[in-house]
Amino acid sequence: MAVATIKPDGAVETKPKSRAFVPPGQPGSIVSVKPRYDNFIGGKWVPPTSGKYSVNVTPVTGKAFTEVAASTPADVELALDAAHKAKVAWGQTSLAGRAAVLNKIADVMEANLEMLAVAESWENGKPVRETLAADLPLAIDHFRYFAGATRSLQSTLTEIDKDTIAYHFHEPLGVVGQIIPFNFPLLMAAWKMAPALAAGNCVVLKPASPTPWSILKFAELVQDIVPAGVINIVNGPGAEIGKALASNKRIAKIAFTGETVTGRLIMQYAAQNLIPVTLELGGKSPNIFFADVFDKDDEFLDKAIEGLVLYAFNKGEVCTAPSRALIQESIYDKFMARCLARIKQIKQGNSLDPETMLGPQVSAQQLQKVTSYVEIGLQEGAQLLTGGHRAGVNGEFKDGYYFEPTVLKGNNKMRVFQEEIFGPVLAVTTFKDEAEALAIANDTLYGLGAGVWTRDGSRAYRMGRAIQAGRVWTNCYHLYPAGAAFGGYKISGIGRETHQMMLEHYSQTKNLLVSYSPKALGFF
Amino acid sequence: MSKSTSVARISATEAALLAIARMQAERGPLMFVQSGGCCDGSLPLCFQAGELIVGDNDLLLGTVGGSAFYVDAQQDAAWGHPEFILDVAPGLPEGFSLPAGDAGHFITRSLVCAASLSPTS
Repeated sequence: MAVATIKPDGAVETKPKSRAFVPPGQPGSIVSVKPRYDNFIGGKWVPPTSGKYSVNVTPVTGKAFTEVAASTPADVELALDAAHKAKVAWGQTSLAGRAAVLNKIADVMEANLEMLAVAESWENGKPVRETLAADLPLAIDHFRYFAGATRSLQSTLTEIDKDTIAYHFHEPLGVVGQIIPFNFPLLMAAWKMAPALAAGNCVVLKPASPTPWSILKFAELVQDIVPAGVINIVNGPGAEIGKALASNKRIAKIAFTGETVTGRLIMQYAAQNLIPVTLELGGKSPNIFFADVFDKDDEFLDKAIEGLVLYAFNKGEVCTAPSRALIQESIYDKFMARCLARIKQIKQGNSLDPETMLGPQVSAQQLQKVTSYVEIGLQEGAQLLTGGHRAGVNGEFKDGYYFEPTVLKGNNKMRVFQEEIFGPVLAVTTFKDEAEALAIANDTLYGLGAGVWTRDGSRAYRMGRAIQAGRVWTNCYHLYPAGAAFGGYKISGIGRETHQMMLEHYSQTKNLLVSYSPKALGFF
Repeated sequence: MSKSTSVARISATEAALLAIARMQAERGPLMFVQSGGCCDGSLPLCFQAGELIVGDNDLLLGTVGGSAFYVDAQQDAAWGHPEFILDVAPGLPEGFSLPAGDAGHFITRSLVCAASLSPTS
């Protein structure tokens, strides 16, 4: 496979690399690991006030490799102290100054791209071929995008009448709380941090409990770049510090990616403090293949086949995973045969081997959940087309949380079509015509992503507009460029990310309404 | 199966009941809410009683170890009104849920209601 670098034109260039990377912390590794990590508060490494630490396990081997702070609400308060101390200076830093810091973050990440990619892979289990070519280049670009976006953000004025002017200024919110999911620990942090910082806010960030460490490798890199207190990272259990952060009187906004009930809880806390929220809450995204994809056996057909197999990207631990494949009846047999042949070629194993395509689930808990869903599917009468079991990976990876790439055939009323499994499990069904495809696609509580594959541009447009989802990938899937808004319809969330409109989400609007007339109103 | 069934829709294993009793002794009254979607989705979340404000769309399925167990009514319908069995699995919870004892988390196993099944297409 390949090692990725970002070329001057922004494209990601890959060059062959055949050997696996050395695991972090082992002799010869490009990633150093300390025995334990404190919280990152006020630009310094601050021990948890409780003095307690939790072990951090890599899902690749199921073994602990370092310890991180097991924080309590007192540590959240320390982080908020630091953020509030920094907020005035950062909020008043010129746009050029803020953009320069964001660009420097991007530069130091790019200079350490391989190191961060290996750390991220070891932390989460995702294959290093993905972190090298997707997670890290996207995260880096995100900081650059918002560095540029903040420079081009215009304030407005409205001439109410010839003597009365309404000026509208963007002002930072102040200190914001951000709760990051485990599936893309660095990229999701970048999605949330970059716009918040660009808009002049300071952040207190809580990483997901299963993935507390790679973001601390990021913090080591940016420690001398970002002014003290602008970024603060506190690790610990969600029930303790997640709540302490989300319900805190001293945050001006909370952003969360996770599941629905916690999303409700976050909104409830926000309601109590009357602050805004951004929520990204998962999905059960349909990926729709019309018969015309098989009109020719060409590059496009090959792309569509990969488009279906993308359900296994990041081991299916993606909120927008194309986890429901809807295939037009007339091509089902031949299309599925080609897809299953491609699925059989998936290489599972050491996440740090650039040849590996499918890594382990992030935790034993997730592996258990994925396993139980396949059982539910079979109980419901779904047909197992491939996979279905914990994967036997040998040697030092035998205790890793690997699950086989799995395909279940059934119908959209089944639970495996309605519930988010968050694993490499595809639920596939067929449809007769466009109307039925649309009905099945929208028969879900969620509305985050969708995919439409067709050679007919008009049909693609009709479907794209009619599917109730925030992002409809058309003849592509799993692209996450900065500049394309991302977020959910229905119960998939509130707000949009990865677009400059985020700057508005992280800003107050200050209106100065100014009269230049000397005349009184005449009422009194 | 309809919502008006007399069959208990929620039950708990011995391990879950023990964990509930222990958590109640430590934390006071508890509540459970079945979640769905994304990272920790499809797990029952355990909170201190009253932590989540329940609304008219939350269906009270019953009580386990004296703790109320809720599910969103639409989600329950989309899932085919399954019968939930609360259990415990190793590993601390990954989100906002309270743990099940020192090193466990609550899970729901569920029995598929035969009447809700349709044949595989």
